[in-house]
Amino acid sequence: MKDKTIKVDYLARVEGEGALIVKIKGRRLTDVQLKIFEPPRFFEAFLRGRKYSEVPDITARICGICPVAYQMSACHAIEDAFSVKVEGPLRELRRLLYCGEWLESHALHVYMLHAPDFLGYEDSLSIAKDHPDIVKRGLRIKKTGNEIVSLLGGREIHPINVRVGGFYKIPRKQEFAPLIENLKWARDAAVETVRWVSGFSFPAFERDYEFIALQHPGEYPFNEGRLVSNRGLDINIREYEQHFLEEHVPHSNALFSRLIGRGAYFVGPLARYSLNFDRLSPLAQETAKAAGLGSTCRNPFQSIIVRSVEMVYACDEALRILDNFETPDAPAVEFEPRVGTGYGCTEAPRGMLYHRYRIDDHGLILDAKIVPPTSQNQKTIENDLWQFVEANIDAPKDTLQWQCEQAIRNYDPCISCATHFLKLVIERE
Amino acid sequence: MNSQTKSGILVIGIGNPLRGDDAVGRLVARHLGKRNVPALRVLEHDGEGASLMEVWKDEKVVMVIDAVSSHTEPGTIHRFDAASEVPQKRLFQASTHAFGLYEALRLARSFGQLPPRLIVYGIEGKSFGIGQRVSDEVKDAASRLVDRILEEAELESRI
Repeated sequence: MKDKTIKVDYLARVEGEGALIVKIKGRRLTDVQLKIFEPPRFFEAFLRGRKYSEVPDITARICGICPVAYQMSACHAIEDAFSVKVEGPLRELRRLLYCGEWLESHALHVYMLHAPDFLGYEDSLSIAKDHPDIVKRGLRIKKTGNEIVSLLGGREIHPINVRVGGFYKIPRKQEFAPLIENLKWARDAAVETVRWVSGFSFPAFERDYEFIALQHPGEYPFNEGRLVSNRGLDINIREYEQHFLEEHVPHSNALFSRLIGRGAYFVGPLARYSLNFDRLSPLAQETAKAAGLGSTCRNPFQSIIVRSVEMVYACDEALRILDNFETPDAPAVEFEPRVGTGYGCTEAPRGMLYHRYRIDDHGLILDAKIVPPTSQNQKTIENDLWQFVEANIDAPKDTLQWQCEQAIRNYDPCISCATHFLKLVIERE
Repeated sequence: MNSQTKSGILVIGIGNPLRGDDAVGRLVARHLGKRNVPALRVLEHDGEGASLMEVWKDEKVVMVIDAVSSHTEPGTIHRFDAASEVPQKRLFQASTHAFGLYEALRLARSFGQLPPRLIVYGIEGKSFGIGQRVSDEVKDAASRLVDRILEEAELESRI
């Protein structure tokens, strides 16, 4: 009986690094381990004793591609503890900032990280040789997102303008004006992107996932809402820890998250889309339908279409906000810090990001809990791989290896969220 | 001559100031900046690829300095001319970016957006651990490279 071990020691094209071990005995799959070689995160620990006002800037460093998500979850959690409400124009500007991040994160993933898989190219550089205009389009969409974050966040990476209660400084209305033309172009380019990716070949792969996302009566979710699932979960975000559990698994330094009594679950664009389709802008809904999607999507390979639809939405939403722009009375809401525990759930590009802080009477952090979307998806990714490998067990090794990598990339995993990244050496058998 | 292209030489020093020898690109840029040479515009940069492509887009002559890790002697100065050579991936293997200098060079070439003259200097690093200490060999190489760039800038200005 022949044993096959497929080791993908170096996962190309995910942010951060990781590894995959798949063990096959004869025609039977015996083990799947998604391996993260990083030491455990220490952010939760070193936030203790820091002042509440430092938290958005410190947690932004957890991720270089989605710092806004960390800042938003942090701010909302601390504002929850202090009973602060950020409403009106400030609330709109926060959504605008998130539009910028979704746009640049999704554009990077779709064009540079995911599309090569579907087109049979090794990387986006190879696509660029044959189709430079396509890659240029993706980079320009990404750039539009970066411009929003730069202007409103004060800096492209790790924005410096975000604070509890709002912002440090609001740009003048005229400063936003150049964004409008770029966003109109980006919206067209995003629609073109949906068209482009909808023509890819997708494996017929579907599972009965439990999708988890925020849900809000009036909008496609960014910063606010209840936590819901397609299997009846409907809770206030403050109840998160009564329903979800994080645990260490022996082979990995990452934390695996599960829904108590139910197991693995799925956060991210597919979850948001499937739970909130009717909150998308009319154009985004139309574009999704034209691409052949229904109002739910359970094929993780088609996440590339859903991300592209979310790019259309982000452009639409950003333009709506800029169209109705009102300068806020003040850059931030005034408040008094106080003792308490606060909870924040916001929708990072990769999925729901949970923060919880306990704050003492000096405004210092007593303890913190941060659950990134990628650690919430890890079990689901592993489960996908079981099913995927089992169904393709007779495929030649090279093909199967590449397909496993692709299956992981469906989740756009930001592995450095779950742990920090380290350099790996490729070992070939 | 394209009226949109800028005059003089743009020097871009790339690096992470918190990863040991990875800071050397910025170190070279800083030293050059202090010399106040009129024809030299100096920039420190974190190495993110898309941004690099924007920064050098309308330039005529560009010099990029970065640390490399290619199993040669620490302090070795590698030089290559992006206009006439294809970058070797092995020199740039140690990038902390998914989309860094190597990708920017290849994409710019595919898009026809490479500046007419783009020279890349790679200084072989010894250690890239966390911290702000640059190895002696690498510091020496940085000084040598500063002098070399000043000479080369002088020659470029006569073309």
